[in-house]
Amino acid sequence: MNVSEIIRLLLPELILLITGFVVIGVDLARRREDEGRTAAAVAVVGLILATLAAIYLYYSSPNEIVLFTLAVDLYGLFFKVASFIGVALVIIASVNFMAGRSKYLGEFYALLVFAALAISVLVSATNLILVYIGVEFLSITSYILAGFLRGNERSEEAAIKYFLYGASAGAILLFGMSLLYGLTGSTDLAAVGQALEAGGDMHWLGLVALVLVLAGLGYKASLVPFHQWAPDTYDGAPTPISAFLSTASKAAGFAVIGRVFLVAFPDFQPDWTVVLGAIAVLTMFLGNLTALKQKSVKRMLAYSSIGQAGYILLGLVAVSSDPTFGGINGVMIYLFGYIFTNIGAFLLLLPIEKKSGGSTDMEQFDGLATRSPGVALLMSLFLISLAGIPPTAGFIGKFYVFAAVINQRMILLGALAALNTIIAAFYYLNVIRHMYFAESSVDGAVAPSRGLMTVLVINAVMVLAIGIFAQFFMTWINGSLTLVTASGF
Amino acid sequence: MTVPLTWYLIFATALFSIGFFAVLARRNAIAVLMGVELMLNAVNVNLVAFWRYLTPEDLSGQIFVVFVFAVAAAEAAVGLALMISIYRTRKTINVDEINELRL
Repeated sequence: MNVSEIIRLLLPELILLITGFVVIGVDLARRREDEGRTAAAVAVVGLILATLAAIYLYYSSPNEIVLFTLAVDLYGLFFKVASFIGVALVIIASVNFMAGRSKYLGEFYALLVFAALAISVLVSATNLILVYIGVEFLSITSYILAGFLRGNERSEEAAIKYFLYGASAGAILLFGMSLLYGLTGSTDLAAVGQALEAGGDMHWLGLVALVLVLAGLGYKASLVPFHQWAPDTYDGAPTPISAFLSTASKAAGFAVIGRVFLVAFPDFQPDWTVVLGAIAVLTMFLGNLTALKQKSVKRMLAYSSIGQAGYILLGLVAVSSDPTFGGINGVMIYLFGYIFTNIGAFLLLLPIEKKSGGSTDMEQFDGLATRSPGVALLMSLFLISLAGIPPTAGFIGKFYVFAAVINQRMILLGALAALNTIIAAFYYLNVIRHMYFAESSVDGAVAPSRGLMTVLVINAVMVLAIGIFAQFFMTWINGSLTLVTASGF
Repeated sequence: MTVPLTWYLIFATALFSIGFFAVLARRNAIAVLMGVELMLNAVNVNLVAFWRYLTPEDLSGQIFVVFVFAVAAAEAAVGLALMISIYRTRKTINVDEINELRL
Protein backbone atom coordinates (compact mmCIF):
# COMPACT_ATOMS: atom_id res chain seq x y z
CA MET A 1 0.00 0.00 0.00
CA ASN A 2 1.57 3.29 -1.07
CA VAL A 3 1.51 6.58 0.83
CA SER A 4 -1.20 8.30 -1.22
CA GLU A 5 -3.50 5.32 -0.70
CA ILE A 6 -2.90 5.46 3.05
CA ILE A 7 -3.64 9.19 3.07
CA ARG A 8 -6.84 8.60 1.13
CA LEU A 9 -8.04 5.93 3.55
CA LEU A 10 -7.16 8.01 6.61
CA LEU A 11 -8.65 11.22 5.21
CA PRO A 12 -11.28 11.74 7.95
CA GLU A 13 -8.69 11.31 10.72
CA LEU A 14 -6.15 13.59 9.02
CA ILE A 15 -8.75 16.31 8.46
CA LEU A 16 -9.74 16.18 12.13
CA LEU A 17 -6.13 16.24 13.30
CA ILE A 18 -5.36 19.34 11.21
CA THR A 19 -8.67 20.98 12.20
CA GLY A 20 -7.88 20.53 15.89
CA PHE A 21 -4.59 22.41 15.59
CA VAL A 22 -6.06 25.07 13.28
CA VAL A 23 -8.80 25.72 15.86
CA ILE A 24 -6.18 26.35 18.55
CA GLY A 25 -4.21 28.55 16.14
CA VAL A 26 -7.24 30.59 15.12
CA ASP A 27 -8.10 31.09 18.76
CA LEU A 28 -4.71 32.70 19.44
CA ALA A 29 -5.81 35.62 17.27
CA ARG A 30 -9.22 35.84 18.95
CA ARG A 31 -10.66 39.24 19.69
CA ARG A 32 -12.60 39.77 22.90
CA GLU A 33 -16.02 40.33 21.29
CA ASP A 34 -15.63 37.22 19.13
CA GLU A 35 -16.25 34.88 22.10
CA GLY A 36 -14.99 31.77 20.37
CA ARG A 37 -17.34 31.99 17.39
CA THR A 38 -14.54 31.78 14.79
CA ALA A 39 -12.95 28.80 16.51
CA ALA A 40 -16.30 27.03 16.69
CA ALA A 41 -16.99 27.78 13.02
CA VAL A 42 -13.61 26.35 11.99
CA ALA A 43 -14.26 23.26 14.13
CA VAL A 44 -17.69 22.70 12.59
CA VAL A 45 -16.33 23.15 9.05
CA GLY A 46 -13.57 20.64 9.82
CA LEU A 47 -16.09 18.14 11.18
CA ILE A 48 -18.32 18.57 8.13
CA LEU A 49 -15.32 17.99 5.83
CA ALA A 50 -14.38 14.90 7.84
CA THR A 51 -17.98 13.65 7.58
CA LEU A 52 -17.92 14.19 3.80
CA ALA A 53 -14.59 12.38 3.59
CA ALA A 54 -16.03 9.47 5.56
CA ILE A 55 -19.09 9.39 3.28
CA TYR A 56 -16.84 9.48 0.21
CA LEU A 57 -14.84 6.55 1.58
CA TYR A 58 -18.05 4.76 2.44
CA TYR A 59 -19.18 4.90 -1.19
CA SER A 60 -15.82 3.70 -2.47
CA SER A 61 -16.62 0.74 -0.17
CA PRO A 62 -13.17 -0.02 1.14
CA ASN A 63 -12.46 -3.17 3.04
CA GLU A 64 -8.92 -2.73 4.14
CA ILE A 65 -6.67 -2.56 7.13
CA VAL A 66 -4.37 0.45 7.08
CA LEU A 67 -0.99 0.25 8.82
CA PHE A 68 -1.89 -3.19 10.23
CA THR A 69 -4.11 -1.63 12.90
CA LEU A 70 -6.87 0.60 11.49
CA ALA A 71 -9.78 -1.02 9.69
CA VAL A 72 -11.37 1.16 7.05
CA ASP A 73 -14.62 -0.73 6.69
CA LEU A 74 -18.28 0.18 6.39
CA TYR A 75 -19.02 -0.67 10.03
CA GLY A 76 -16.40 1.79 11.26
CA LEU A 77 -17.28 4.47 8.70
CA PHE A 78 -20.94 4.30 9.74
CA PHE A 79 -20.04 5.08 13.34
CA LYS A 80 -17.63 7.81 12.21
CA VAL A 81 -20.33 9.59 10.21
CA ALA A 82 -22.83 9.30 13.07
CA SER A 83 -20.49 10.59 15.76
CA PHE A 84 -18.94 13.38 13.66
CA ILE A 85 -22.45 14.75 13.06
CA GLY A 86 -23.17 14.42 16.78
CA VAL A 87 -20.02 16.33 17.77
CA ALA A 88 -20.71 19.06 15.17
CA LEU A 89 -24.23 19.56 16.60
CA VAL A 90 -22.80 19.77 20.12
CA ILE A 91 -20.25 22.40 19.04
CA ILE A 92 -22.87 24.61 17.36
CA ALA A 93 -25.05 24.44 20.45
CA SER A 94 -22.13 25.19 22.81
CA VAL A 95 -21.25 28.57 21.30
CA ASN A 96 -23.68 30.65 23.30
CA PHE A 97 -23.38 28.48 26.39
CA MET A 98 -19.61 28.63 26.62
CA ALA A 99 -19.24 32.33 25.75
CA GLY A 100 -18.52 34.11 29.03
CA ARG A 101 -18.25 30.86 31.04
CA SER A 102 -14.64 30.15 30.13
CA LYS A 103 -11.62 31.99 28.81
CA TYR A 104 -10.25 28.94 26.99
CA LEU A 105 -12.79 28.62 24.19
CA GLY A 106 -10.36 27.58 21.46
CA GLU A 107 -9.15 24.70 23.58
CA PHE A 108 -12.74 23.68 24.29
CA TYR A 109 -13.64 23.33 20.62
CA ALA A 110 -10.25 21.81 19.76
CA LEU A 111 -10.78 19.17 22.47
CA LEU A 112 -14.19 18.33 21.02
CA VAL A 113 -12.57 17.90 17.60
CA PHE A 114 -9.88 15.69 19.16
CA ALA A 115 -12.61 13.70 20.89
CA ALA A 116 -14.15 13.10 17.46
CA LEU A 117 -10.71 11.98 16.25
CA ALA A 118 -10.46 9.63 19.24
CA ILE A 119 -13.85 8.12 18.40
CA SER A 120 -12.73 7.77 14.81
CA VAL A 121 -9.61 5.84 15.85
CA LEU A 122 -11.50 3.77 18.41
CA VAL A 123 -14.26 2.53 16.10
CA SER A 124 -11.76 1.31 13.51
CA ALA A 125 -9.08 -0.15 15.81
CA THR A 126 -8.32 -3.80 15.02
CA ASN A 127 -5.43 -4.17 17.39
CA LEU A 128 -5.55 -4.42 21.17
CA ILE A 129 -2.87 -1.71 21.49
CA LEU A 130 -4.87 0.71 19.36
CA VAL A 131 -8.14 -0.16 21.13
CA TYR A 132 -6.45 0.78 24.41
CA ILE A 133 -4.98 3.99 22.99
CA GLY A 134 -8.34 4.93 21.46
CA VAL A 135 -10.19 4.35 24.73
CA GLU A 136 -7.66 6.40 26.71
CA PHE A 137 -7.51 9.17 24.07
CA LEU A 138 -11.28 9.54 24.23
CA SER A 139 -11.27 9.28 28.04
CA ILE A 140 -8.55 11.87 28.61
CA THR A 141 -10.22 14.45 26.32
CA SER A 142 -13.54 13.69 28.02
CA TYR A 143 -12.12 14.22 31.53
CA ILE A 144 -10.91 17.68 30.55
CA LEU A 145 -14.19 18.54 28.81
CA ALA A 146 -16.28 17.36 31.78
CA GLY A 147 -14.24 19.54 34.14
CA PHE A 148 -13.91 22.44 31.75
CA LEU A 149 -15.74 24.97 33.92
CA ARG A 150 -12.89 25.57 36.35
CA GLY A 151 -14.00 26.88 39.70
CA ASN A 152 -17.44 25.35 39.21
CA GLU A 153 -17.66 22.70 41.93
CA ARG A 154 -20.16 20.53 40.07
CA SER A 155 -18.13 20.44 36.88
CA GLU A 156 -14.91 19.65 38.76
CA GLU A 157 -16.60 16.90 40.72
CA ALA A 158 -18.02 15.41 37.51
CA ALA A 159 -14.51 15.35 36.05
CA ILE A 160 -12.72 13.82 39.07
CA LYS A 161 -15.32 11.08 39.42
CA TYR A 162 -15.07 10.30 35.72
CA PHE A 163 -11.27 10.36 35.94
CA LEU A 164 -10.89 8.05 38.94
CA TYR A 165 -13.40 5.62 37.49
CA GLY A 166 -12.03 5.79 33.97
CA ALA A 167 -8.41 5.32 35.07
CA SER A 168 -9.29 2.19 37.08
CA ALA A 169 -11.44 0.83 34.25
CA GLY A 170 -8.56 1.45 31.83
CA ALA A 171 -6.19 -0.56 34.04
CA ILE A 172 -8.67 -3.43 34.26
CA LEU A 173 -9.11 -3.35 30.47
CA LEU A 174 -5.33 -3.57 30.09
CA PHE A 175 -5.05 -6.52 32.45
CA GLY A 176 -7.63 -8.36 30.35
CA MET A 177 -5.69 -7.47 27.21
CA SER A 178 -2.40 -8.68 28.70
CA LEU A 179 -4.05 -12.04 29.44
CA LEU A 180 -5.34 -12.19 25.86
CA TYR A 181 -1.85 -11.48 24.59
CA GLY A 182 -0.47 -14.21 26.82
CA LEU A 183 -3.12 -16.68 25.69
CA THR A 184 -2.75 -16.04 21.98
CA GLY A 185 0.67 -14.45 21.46
CA SER A 186 -0.79 -11.69 19.34
CA THR A 187 -2.37 -8.27 19.79
CA ASP A 188 -4.30 -8.36 16.52
CA LEU A 189 -8.02 -8.88 17.15
CA ALA A 190 -8.49 -11.32 14.28
CA ALA A 191 -5.41 -13.34 15.24
CA VAL A 192 -6.60 -13.38 18.85
CA GLY A 193 -9.96 -14.69 17.63
CA GLN A 194 -8.36 -17.46 15.59
CA ALA A 195 -6.03 -18.50 18.39
CA LEU A 196 -8.89 -18.61 20.90
CA GLU A 197 -10.90 -20.70 18.47
CA ALA A 198 -8.03 -23.15 18.13
CA GLY A 199 -8.57 -23.29 21.88
CA GLY A 200 -6.82 -25.67 24.17
CA ASP A 201 -7.54 -26.18 27.83
CA MET A 202 -7.35 -22.47 28.73
CA HIS A 203 -10.97 -21.62 27.89
CA TRP A 204 -11.60 -20.43 31.45
CA LEU A 205 -8.73 -17.94 31.27
CA GLY A 206 -10.15 -16.60 28.01
CA LEU A 207 -13.39 -16.08 29.87
CA VAL A 208 -11.57 -14.14 32.62
CA ALA A 209 -9.97 -11.96 29.94
CA LEU A 210 -13.36 -11.45 28.31
CA VAL A 211 -14.93 -10.25 31.56
CA LEU A 212 -12.00 -7.89 32.27
CA VAL A 213 -12.13 -6.44 28.75
CA LEU A 214 -15.89 -6.04 29.06
CA ALA A 215 -15.45 -4.19 32.37
CA GLY A 216 -12.96 -1.83 30.74
CA LEU A 217 -15.03 -1.12 27.65
CA GLY A 218 -18.43 -1.31 29.35
CA TYR A 219 -17.67 1.76 31.43
CA LYS A 220 -17.57 3.86 28.24
CA ALA A 221 -21.03 2.62 27.34
CA SER A 222 -22.19 3.10 31.00
CA LEU A 223 -23.28 -0.51 31.46
CA VAL A 224 -24.26 -1.59 34.99
CA PRO A 225 -22.23 -2.44 37.13
CA PHE A 226 -19.61 -0.19 35.51
CA HIS A 227 -21.88 2.85 35.45
CA GLN A 228 -21.32 4.55 38.82
CA TRP A 229 -19.58 7.55 37.30
CA ALA A 230 -22.30 8.20 34.72
CA PRO A 231 -25.14 9.89 36.63
CA ASP A 232 -22.83 12.28 38.48
CA THR A 233 -20.75 13.09 35.42
CA TYR A 234 -23.74 13.66 33.14
CA ASP A 235 -25.35 15.76 35.88
CA GLY A 236 -22.32 17.88 36.77
CA ALA A 237 -20.62 18.31 33.40
CA PRO A 238 -21.45 21.35 31.23
CA THR A 239 -24.73 20.40 29.53
CA PRO A 240 -23.38 20.23 25.93
CA ILE A 241 -20.67 17.88 27.22
CA SER A 242 -23.29 15.72 28.91
CA ALA A 243 -24.99 15.54 25.52
CA PHE A 244 -21.69 14.49 23.93
CA LEU A 245 -20.77 11.92 26.59
CA SER A 246 -24.18 10.27 26.60
CA THR A 247 -24.35 9.94 22.80
CA ALA A 248 -21.27 10.04 20.57
CA SER A 249 -18.91 8.76 23.26
CA LYS A 250 -21.36 6.03 24.22
CA ALA A 251 -21.88 5.04 20.58
CA ALA A 252 -18.10 4.64 20.26
CA GLY A 253 -18.16 2.41 23.34
CA PHE A 254 -20.77 0.16 21.77
CA ALA A 255 -18.99 0.17 18.42
CA VAL A 256 -15.75 -1.04 19.98
CA ILE A 257 -17.51 -3.62 22.19
CA GLY A 258 -19.20 -4.91 19.04
CA ARG A 259 -15.96 -5.13 17.07
CA VAL A 260 -13.91 -6.70 19.87
CA PHE A 261 -16.57 -9.29 20.68
CA LEU A 262 -17.41 -10.21 17.10
CA VAL A 263 -13.81 -10.38 15.88
CA ALA A 264 -11.84 -11.55 18.93
CA PHE A 265 -14.41 -13.59 20.87
CA PRO A 266 -16.65 -15.31 18.30
CA ASP A 267 -15.74 -18.62 19.93
CA PHE A 268 -17.13 -17.40 23.26
CA GLN A 269 -20.53 -16.37 21.94
CA PRO A 270 -22.50 -18.79 24.16
CA ASP A 271 -20.64 -17.36 27.17
CA TRP A 272 -20.96 -13.70 26.35
CA THR A 273 -24.60 -14.01 25.39
CA VAL A 274 -25.30 -14.96 29.01
CA VAL A 275 -22.99 -12.33 30.52
CA LEU A 276 -24.22 -9.50 28.29
CA GLY A 277 -27.84 -10.58 28.74
CA ALA A 278 -27.54 -10.33 32.53
CA ILE A 279 -25.77 -6.96 32.22
CA ALA A 280 -28.45 -5.67 29.84
CA VAL A 281 -31.24 -6.59 32.27
CA LEU A 282 -29.40 -4.99 35.22
CA THR A 283 -28.65 -1.86 33.17
CA MET A 284 -32.25 -1.42 32.05
CA PHE A 285 -33.75 -1.92 35.50
CA LEU A 286 -31.23 0.19 37.40
CA GLY A 287 -31.36 3.06 34.90
CA ASN A 288 -35.12 3.17 34.58
CA LEU A 289 -36.06 2.57 38.22
CA THR A 290 -33.63 5.23 39.46
CA ALA A 291 -34.74 7.68 36.78
CA LEU A 292 -38.30 7.35 38.11
CA LYS A 293 -37.56 9.13 41.37
CA GLN A 294 -35.40 11.99 40.07
CA LYS A 295 -36.57 15.55 40.64
CA SER A 296 -34.07 17.17 38.29
CA VAL A 297 -34.74 16.53 34.62
CA LYS A 298 -31.01 16.58 33.80
CA ARG A 299 -30.36 13.83 36.33
CA MET A 300 -33.40 11.95 35.08
CA LEU A 301 -31.97 12.06 31.55
CA ALA A 302 -28.63 10.86 32.98
CA TYR A 303 -30.25 7.74 34.46
CA SER A 304 -32.46 7.31 31.40
CA SER A 305 -29.35 7.19 29.23
CA ILE A 306 -28.09 4.30 31.38
CA GLY A 307 -31.42 2.56 30.80
CA GLN A 308 -31.10 3.20 27.06
CA ALA A 309 -27.65 1.57 27.11
CA GLY A 310 -29.38 -1.58 28.39
CA TYR A 311 -31.75 -1.67 25.41
CA ILE A 312 -28.89 -1.10 22.97
CA LEU A 313 -26.90 -3.95 24.52
CA LEU A 314 -29.83 -6.31 23.82
CA GLY A 315 -28.89 -6.08 20.15
CA LEU A 316 -25.44 -7.49 20.90
CA VAL A 317 -26.91 -10.20 23.12
CA ALA A 318 -29.13 -11.35 20.25
CA VAL A 319 -26.51 -11.05 17.53
CA SER A 320 -26.96 -13.60 14.74
CA SER A 321 -26.52 -13.92 10.99
CA ASP A 322 -30.22 -13.28 10.35
CA PRO A 323 -30.40 -10.81 7.41
CA THR A 324 -33.32 -8.73 8.77
CA PHE A 325 -33.01 -8.98 12.53
CA GLY A 326 -29.32 -9.69 13.00
CA GLY A 327 -29.05 -7.70 16.22
CA ILE A 328 -26.04 -5.64 15.24
CA ASN A 329 -28.08 -3.65 12.70
CA GLY A 330 -30.53 -2.96 15.55
CA VAL A 331 -27.67 -1.60 17.63
CA MET A 332 -26.62 0.67 14.76
CA ILE A 333 -30.06 2.11 13.93
CA TYR A 334 -30.77 2.51 17.65
CA LEU A 335 -27.54 4.44 18.22
CA PHE A 336 -28.04 6.54 15.09
CA GLY A 337 -31.49 7.64 16.23
CA TYR A 338 -30.39 7.91 19.85
CA ILE A 339 -27.57 10.34 18.98
CA PHE A 340 -30.06 12.85 17.57
CA THR A 341 -32.73 12.23 20.20
CA ASN A 342 -30.55 12.48 23.28
CA ILE A 343 -28.46 15.41 22.03
CA GLY A 344 -31.76 17.19 21.43
CA ALA A 345 -33.13 16.35 24.87
CA PHE A 346 -29.96 17.41 26.73
CA LEU A 347 -29.50 20.60 24.72
CA LEU A 348 -33.08 21.64 25.38
CA LEU A 349 -32.05 21.94 29.02
CA LEU A 350 -29.74 24.84 28.09
CA PRO A 351 -32.43 27.56 27.79
CA ILE A 352 -34.22 26.12 30.85
CA GLU A 353 -31.01 26.31 32.90
CA LYS A 354 -30.35 29.80 31.62
CA LYS A 355 -33.76 31.01 32.74
CA SER A 356 -33.71 29.30 36.14
CA GLY A 357 -30.06 30.01 36.89
CA GLY A 358 -28.95 26.38 36.72
CA SER A 359 -31.86 24.36 38.05
CA THR A 360 -33.58 21.80 35.80
CA ASP A 361 -36.18 20.65 38.33
CA MET A 362 -39.56 19.47 37.11
CA GLU A 363 -41.17 22.74 38.28
CA GLN A 364 -39.17 24.62 35.65
CA PHE A 365 -41.12 22.69 33.02
CA ASP A 366 -44.56 23.48 34.49
CA GLY A 367 -46.79 25.09 31.90
CA LEU A 368 -44.00 25.36 29.37
CA ALA A 369 -46.47 24.62 26.58
CA THR A 370 -48.30 27.91 27.14
CA ARG A 371 -45.12 29.93 27.74
CA SER A 372 -43.02 28.56 24.85
CA PRO A 373 -45.10 26.21 22.71
CA GLY A 374 -42.29 25.54 20.21
CA VAL A 375 -39.77 24.48 22.86
CA ALA A 376 -42.37 22.30 24.59
CA LEU A 377 -43.25 20.62 21.31
CA LEU A 378 -39.58 19.82 20.54
CA MET A 379 -39.03 18.46 24.07
CA SER A 380 -42.14 16.28 23.72
CA LEU A 381 -40.84 14.89 20.44
CA PHE A 382 -37.46 13.95 21.96
CA LEU A 383 -39.10 12.40 25.03
CA ILE A 384 -41.54 10.42 22.88
CA SER A 385 -38.61 9.15 20.86
CA LEU A 386 -36.71 8.18 24.04
CA ALA A 387 -39.82 6.35 25.24
CA GLY A 388 -39.95 4.49 21.93
CA ILE A 389 -43.34 5.62 20.65
CA PRO A 390 -43.89 5.80 16.86
CA PRO A 391 -43.38 7.62 14.48
CA THR A 392 -39.95 8.44 15.94
CA ALA A 393 -36.38 7.16 15.69
CA GLY A 394 -36.60 5.65 19.18
CA PHE A 395 -39.41 3.34 18.08
CA ILE A 396 -37.49 2.04 15.07
CA GLY A 397 -34.38 1.36 17.18
CA LYS A 398 -36.37 -0.50 19.83
CA PHE A 399 -38.28 -2.41 17.14
CA TYR A 400 -35.15 -3.83 15.51
CA VAL A 401 -33.43 -4.61 18.81
CA PHE A 402 -36.47 -6.30 20.35
CA ALA A 403 -37.25 -8.17 17.12
CA ALA A 404 -33.72 -9.58 17.17
CA VAL A 405 -34.23 -10.72 20.77
CA ILE A 406 -37.56 -12.40 19.97
CA ASN A 407 -36.05 -13.88 16.82
CA GLN A 408 -33.44 -15.62 18.97
CA ARG A 409 -36.23 -17.08 21.16
CA MET A 410 -35.05 -15.12 24.20
CA ILE A 411 -38.61 -14.64 25.40
CA LEU A 412 -37.81 -13.79 29.04
CA LEU A 413 -35.31 -11.13 27.96
CA GLY A 414 -37.87 -9.65 25.57
CA ALA A 415 -40.52 -9.57 28.30
CA LEU A 416 -38.17 -7.83 30.76
CA ALA A 417 -37.26 -5.27 28.08
CA ALA A 418 -40.93 -4.61 27.34
CA LEU A 419 -41.58 -4.15 31.06
CA ASN A 420 -38.77 -1.61 31.13
CA THR A 421 -40.18 0.43 28.27
CA ILE A 422 -43.40 0.73 30.29
CA ILE A 423 -41.51 1.93 33.38
CA ALA A 424 -39.54 4.35 31.20
CA ALA A 425 -42.64 5.72 29.47
CA PHE A 426 -43.93 6.71 32.89
CA TYR A 427 -41.13 9.17 33.65
CA TYR A 428 -40.72 10.45 30.10
CA LEU A 429 -44.42 11.20 29.80
CA ASN A 430 -44.38 12.75 33.27
CA VAL A 431 -42.25 15.60 31.91
CA ILE A 432 -44.74 16.07 29.06
CA ARG A 433 -47.54 16.17 31.66
CA HIS A 434 -45.67 18.90 33.54
CA MET A 435 -45.24 20.89 30.33
CA TYR A 436 -48.83 20.62 29.12
CA PHE A 437 -51.10 20.16 32.12
CA ALA A 438 -49.41 21.81 35.10
CA GLU A 439 -49.84 25.38 36.30
CA SER A 440 -46.78 27.56 35.70
CA SER A 441 -44.89 28.38 38.84
CA VAL A 442 -42.49 30.59 36.87
CA ASP A 443 -43.39 33.21 34.30
CA GLY A 444 -42.03 34.06 30.92
CA ALA A 445 -40.91 32.19 27.84
CA VAL A 446 -37.59 30.37 27.55
CA ALA A 447 -35.57 31.61 24.62
CA PRO A 448 -33.08 29.29 22.93
CA SER A 449 -30.38 31.12 20.96
CA ARG A 450 -30.51 30.97 17.17
CA GLY A 451 -27.67 28.43 16.87
CA LEU A 452 -29.24 26.21 19.48
CA MET A 453 -32.65 26.43 17.81
CA THR A 454 -31.08 25.35 14.48
CA VAL A 455 -29.50 22.33 16.16
CA LEU A 456 -32.75 21.39 17.89
CA VAL A 457 -34.70 21.61 14.63
CA ILE A 458 -32.08 19.49 12.80
CA ASN A 459 -32.34 16.91 15.59
CA ALA A 460 -36.14 16.94 15.49
CA VAL A 461 -36.19 16.54 11.70
CA MET A 462 -33.75 13.63 11.90
CA VAL A 463 -35.72 11.96 14.70
CA LEU A 464 -38.88 12.12 12.59
CA ALA A 465 -37.09 11.21 9.35
CA ILE A 466 -35.58 8.05 10.86
CA GLY A 467 -38.98 7.19 12.29
CA ILE A 468 -40.88 7.70 9.05
CA PHE A 469 -38.33 6.64 6.40
CA ALA A 470 -37.01 3.75 8.47
CA GLN A 471 -36.75 1.53 5.41
CA PHE A 472 -34.29 3.91 3.74
CA PHE A 473 -32.02 4.06 6.78
CA MET A 474 -32.22 0.31 7.36
CA THR A 475 -31.16 -0.44 3.78
CA TRP A 476 -28.18 1.81 4.38
CA ILE A 477 -27.32 0.16 7.69
CA ASN A 478 -27.81 -3.39 6.42
CA GLY A 479 -25.24 -2.52 3.79
CA SER A 480 -22.81 -1.34 6.49
CA LEU A 481 -22.36 -4.60 8.33
CA THR A 482 -19.01 -5.51 6.83
CA LEU A 483 -16.25 -5.80 9.38
CA VAL A 484 -12.75 -6.34 8.11
CA THR A 485 -11.25 -9.29 9.87
CA ALA A 486 -8.42 -10.32 7.60
CA SER A 487 -5.25 -9.96 9.57
CA GLY A 488 -2.42 -7.87 8.20
CA PHE A 489 0.20 -10.05 9.79
CA MET B 1 18.46 -21.61 36.66
CA THR B 2 15.71 -19.56 35.04
CA VAL B 3 12.66 -18.11 36.73
CA PRO B 4 9.52 -19.82 35.39
CA LEU B 5 6.78 -17.72 33.71
CA THR B 6 4.31 -18.65 36.43
CA TRP B 7 6.27 -16.69 39.04
CA TYR B 8 6.03 -13.53 37.01
CA LEU B 9 2.31 -14.06 36.51
CA ILE B 10 1.72 -14.65 40.22
CA PHE B 11 3.74 -11.53 41.03
CA ALA B 12 1.80 -9.45 38.46
CA THR B 13 -1.55 -10.70 39.72
CA ALA B 14 -0.59 -9.91 43.30
CA LEU B 15 0.59 -6.43 42.31
CA PHE B 16 -2.62 -5.86 40.35
CA SER B 17 -4.73 -6.93 43.33
CA ILE B 18 -2.82 -4.64 45.70
CA GLY B 19 -3.37 -1.76 43.29
CA PHE B 20 -7.04 -2.58 42.94
CA PHE B 21 -7.38 -2.75 46.70
CA ALA B 22 -5.83 0.72 46.96
CA VAL B 23 -8.30 2.04 44.40
CA LEU B 24 -11.23 0.64 46.38
CA ALA B 25 -10.02 1.34 49.90
CA ARG B 26 -8.05 4.60 49.88
CA ARG B 27 -10.03 7.84 50.23
CA ASN B 28 -7.33 10.24 49.07
CA ALA B 29 -7.60 10.83 45.32
CA ILE B 30 -3.81 10.79 44.92
CA ALA B 31 -3.58 7.43 46.71
CA VAL B 32 -6.27 6.11 44.37
CA LEU B 33 -4.19 7.30 41.42
CA MET B 34 -1.16 5.51 42.90
CA GLY B 35 -3.26 2.35 43.08
CA VAL B 36 -4.07 2.73 39.39
CA GLU B 37 -0.37 3.10 38.61
CA LEU B 38 0.33 -0.14 40.49
CA MET B 39 -2.32 -1.88 38.39
CA LEU B 40 -0.73 -0.54 35.21
CA ASN B 41 2.72 -1.74 36.33
CA ALA B 42 1.29 -5.18 36.99
CA VAL B 43 0.02 -5.19 33.42
CA ASN B 44 3.47 -4.21 32.18
CA VAL B 45 5.09 -7.08 34.09
CA ASN B 46 2.53 -9.41 32.53
CA LEU B 47 3.14 -8.11 29.02
CA VAL B 48 6.92 -8.24 29.23
CA ALA B 49 6.88 -11.72 30.78
CA PHE B 50 4.54 -13.01 28.07
CA TRP B 51 6.67 -11.38 25.40
CA ARG B 52 9.90 -12.91 26.74
CA TYR B 53 8.55 -16.41 27.28
CA LEU B 54 6.00 -16.84 24.48
CA THR B 55 6.80 -14.63 21.48
CA PRO B 56 10.36 -13.27 21.78
CA GLU B 57 10.51 -12.80 17.98
CA ASP B 58 7.40 -10.59 17.80
CA LEU B 59 7.75 -7.20 19.50
CA SER B 60 4.02 -6.47 20.09
CA GLY B 61 4.32 -7.06 23.82
CA GLN B 62 7.19 -4.63 24.26
CA ILE B 63 5.54 -1.99 22.08
CA PHE B 64 2.37 -2.36 24.13
CA VAL B 65 4.37 -1.66 27.32
CA VAL B 66 5.86 1.53 25.84
CA PHE B 67 2.38 2.78 24.94
CA VAL B 68 1.07 1.92 28.41
CA PHE B 69 3.85 4.06 29.91
CA ALA B 70 3.07 7.00 27.64
CA VAL B 71 -0.67 6.88 28.15
CA ALA B 72 -0.30 6.46 31.92
CA ALA B 73 1.88 9.58 32.03
CA ALA B 74 -0.68 11.62 30.06
CA GLU B 75 -3.45 10.32 32.26
CA ALA B 76 -1.59 11.16 35.47
CA ALA B 77 -0.93 14.69 34.17
CA VAL B 78 -4.61 15.33 33.52
CA GLY B 79 -5.65 13.66 36.76
CA LEU B 80 -3.26 15.66 38.93
CA ALA B 81 -4.34 18.88 37.21
CA LEU B 82 -7.96 18.04 38.02
CA MET B 83 -7.01 17.38 41.64
CA ILE B 84 -5.21 20.73 41.94
CA SER B 85 -8.25 22.47 40.51
CA ILE B 86 -10.52 20.63 42.99
CA TYR B 87 -8.19 21.44 45.88
CA ARG B 88 -8.34 25.15 45.01
CA THR B 89 -12.12 25.31 45.37
CA ARG B 90 -12.67 22.79 48.18
CA LYS B 91 -9.41 22.55 50.14
CA THR B 92 -9.69 18.76 50.08
CA ILE B 93 -9.12 15.87 47.70
CA ASN B 94 -10.73 13.26 49.92
CA VAL B 95 -13.11 11.47 47.59
CA ASP B 96 -15.67 10.98 50.37
CA GLU B 97 -16.00 14.73 50.77
CA ILE B 98 -16.37 15.41 47.05
CA ASN B 99 -20.04 14.55 47.14
CA GLU B 100 -22.10 17.48 46.04
CA LEU B 101 -23.68 15.54 43.18
CA ARG B 102 -26.16 13.27 44.90
CA LEU B 103 -29.83 12.46 44.72
